[in-house]
Amino acid sequence: MPKLKIDGIEVEVPPGTTVLQACEILGIEVPRFCFHERLEIAGNCRMCLVEQEKAPKPIASCAMPAADNMVIHTNSPRARKARQGVMEFLLINHPLDCPICDQGGECDLQDQAMAYGFDRGRYRENKRAVKDKELGPLVKTTMTRCIHCTRCIRFATEIAGVEELGATGRGENMEVGTYVEKALTSELSGNIIDLCPVGALTSKPYAFTARSWELRKTESVDVLDAVGSSIRIDARGPQVMRILPRLNEAVNEEWISDKTRFAYDGLLRQRLDRPYVRRDGKLAPATWDEAFQAIAERMRGLAGNRMAAIAGDLACVESMFALRTLMDGLGSPHRDCRQDGAAIDPTARAGYLFNTTIAGIEDADFCLLIGTDPRWEAPLVNARLRKRWRRGGFQAARVGARTELTYPVEELGNDPSILAAIADGAHPLAERLKAAKAPMLILGMGAIARPDGAAVLAAARRIADACGLVRDGWNGFNLLHTAAARVGGLDAGFVPASGGRDMAGILAGAAGGEIDLVWLLGADEFDMGRLGRAFVVYQGHHGDAGAHRADVILPGAAYTEKDGLYVNMEGRVQEGRRAVFPPGEAREDWRVLRAFSGALGRPLPFDTLDQLRRRIAAACPVLASRETVAAAPWALFGVAAAVAAAPFRLPVADFYMTDPICRASTTMAECSELYVRGEDARTGTHG
Amino acid sequence: MSGDVSQPASFAFNAEYLAKADQIIARYPEGRQQSAVLPLLDLAQRQHGWLPRAAMDHVAAKLRMAPIRVYEVATFYTMFNLRPVGRYFLQACTTTPCWLRGSDAVVGACRKVLGIGVGESTPDGLFSLVEVECLGACVNAPILQVNDDFYEDLDGPATERLLQSLQRGEVPPMGSVTGRQASAPAGGPTTLASLSFDRAPKTAAEGAE
Repeated sequence: MPKLKIDGIEVEVPPGTTVLQACEILGIEVPRFCFHERLEIAGNCRMCLVEQEKAPKPIASCAMPAADNMVIHTNSPRARKARQGVMEFLLINHPLDCPICDQGGECDLQDQAMAYGFDRGRYRENKRAVKDKELGPLVKTTMTRCIHCTRCIRFATEIAGVEELGATGRGENMEVGTYVEKALTSELSGNIIDLCPVGALTSKPYAFTARSWELRKTESVDVLDAVGSSIRIDARGPQVMRILPRLNEAVNEEWISDKTRFAYDGLLRQRLDRPYVRRDGKLAPATWDEAFQAIAERMRGLAGNRMAAIAGDLACVESMFALRTLMDGLGSPHRDCRQDGAAIDPTARAGYLFNTTIAGIEDADFCLLIGTDPRWEAPLVNARLRKRWRRGGFQAARVGARTELTYPVEELGNDPSILAAIADGAHPLAERLKAAKAPMLILGMGAIARPDGAAVLAAARRIADACGLVRDGWNGFNLLHTAAARVGGLDAGFVPASGGRDMAGILAGAAGGEIDLVWLLGADEFDMGRLGRAFVVYQGHHGDAGAHRADVILPGAAYTEKDGLYVNMEGRVQEGRRAVFPPGEAREDWRVLRAFSGALGRPLPFDTLDQLRRRIAAACPVLASRETVAAAPWALFGVAAAVAAAPFRLPVADFYMTDPICRASTTMAECSELYVRGEDARTGTHG
Repeated sequence: MSGDVSQPASFAFNAEYLAKADQIIARYPEGRQQSAVLPLLDLAQRQHGWLPRAAMDHVAAKLRMAPIRVYEVATFYTMFNLRPVGRYFLQACTTTPCWLRGSDAVVGACRKVLGIGVGESTPDGLFSLVEVECLGACVNAPILQVNDDFYEDLDGPATERLLQSLQRGEVPPMGSVTGRQASAPAGGPTTLASLSFDRAPKTAAEGAE
């Protein structure tokens, strides 16, 4: 353990620590542009120069390993002078366009120029100008501002796994770009905007819309996939202006997917901002009272078992619990939160969680993927898998459709019968799983959202048992959810009560005339034609498939407009917070349900969010926790049966179009057009 | 970057160059084939005359590298020509020693005979002229490199003669145009002028060793 002295303070650091990291341990801030904790060290900006006694020159602290008996001065006249020199050189070619730069106010270069910049320039030549690059619909470039820190290049190469960015040319002619004009084909590309320490890479949809200091910042959680990334919602007035990641080592580190970051413009379009009631076959605007009366009238005299409820993928725990309580009160056992028909067994929590946890992927050494494309279903899970692979000593194999995953995967074929062979030990993979120290499997929704899904689930469980995926302190069985509401719905009991129908049963009942009323809580992802002649109540925030079919529309709040609990795929309960108010007459969903229950004369037993959450915690103790993951006990789940030979289908056909918010977003539409449907931009990641 | 240049649609090594490429790749240990990127780009440039993007892509595919990594290399090194050059690629050294010894006259002769300045090509595609940094033959300055060959000890008229013979399709022997051997003194040998191979008598001190 090297022991060194920094600014007069002795510190002992683990071997391999750099001088800069040692400074950080002591809370001493060293300015930097190119260094980033999660990227490889480049050492090319020279801003982190510090003085080392007995060294002939100032040293770049980010790249210098801490050694015994070093004496470092981070703020000596010599160190400051060196940094001032570096800053002057950086500013030689940097334009003075801060007033029109979107990075202004949150720019590393701007901030550090305040500390180390000279009050006037000594450079009298022309500044260099660099042609802007076209990186697609998400990232805007102003390459003249680039200071060549290469963070974006390293991010694309190391984290995103798309080697498309590079530095071409040399010396003064060096340019960062793709060389061949092309959009970045990564679902994580937006992160280079955050990484860029200057205004060279900025958000295209956010361009010139707001200044960072005008924004109201709300810490929340993302719901556009089941990862539950920590986000910060920046809003101005009634509008969400942008979404940024928040550091959460356990979930998203400091990255978010492009969908999470850029789908927010969908929050402004296609919104349901007032109740509607279908009159003479046409949806007509109505008041809340009229809407409630229309539903109450239809419910009058209707037996509980002729009503059903389906929860969508973006629903918060509170709304699902409230709707469940309402349906319980009405005597309806028919409800489901698995609108894709996934044969998840709600009785065993270990059977529907990502038990290894996302951070736990870094401890695994073998991963079997079953019917899943994590790159599109959960980009940050894929980023973790790639991170693990980059460290070495990790193998991945897959049963299912081939897609490009940014790390090598042994494709075993898309044949579900392989699962049974592995479980029986007949497949060579069984031995390799057994030999692995920390093996894991990831079962995708595509593998279980099919008629024989329960059998696939059981087969996967059998593999877990037979190959030792579940051991002391290690659970390698994982379900990769695609819906943010799914685990919360399962935890909150939004599944058929005893004698109740599941998703397929509800649809069959509606088509067959046995179900007369279906309450859709933001459920849009199934064929509305299958609801037959049932009376449909759609409670949600977007005019998507469900609202078009509805007989009564109750406008609800999107995830940015309400306080809500969401449980991510690991079983981590996280709190989303309201950043803006719902538009028009739309209200938070649990309030709508509470108000309706009052109108119906059967008031739900809670009046505040706090009371509701206490009830939830009492009914489902796992939902009382926050931000933590408790290991779920290993139990029996799935139904042992023959698995059909039909190949697994991937659940996400278009990464940019998975939910009502994305479908209303023009940014996502552009991405879909370019990356998914565009012939020349095909990336091979879509099956 | 190279958008203004008409790029060929495809490129592939011909049999001769493919054999050379495979030989070069085989020099590197398994998994380190990317080390062959510089010699392979050089081969591609030799085959095609200059280095089009299709050739960089071909090399990238051959070495299983991301194309951008090859673009980085190819754009870094000035000896890769990313745009077409003439059959005779004239590289005039204008660094200090050559300049002191009259490189201006060499560049001037190019303009006089070919009508092109630095960075330009003749319309017939025979000649391209570029200015380069030190070619490492200062002792024979000034130098004009034509393709791979050095022509040394040039002056204005000698350069004109050289270019005129190239125009006729004759390639004069490379080396010093004044006829001196390598970098031997210009006016003939100044030491060891008369070589005698007779054993010189040893001095007393040498004899004692």
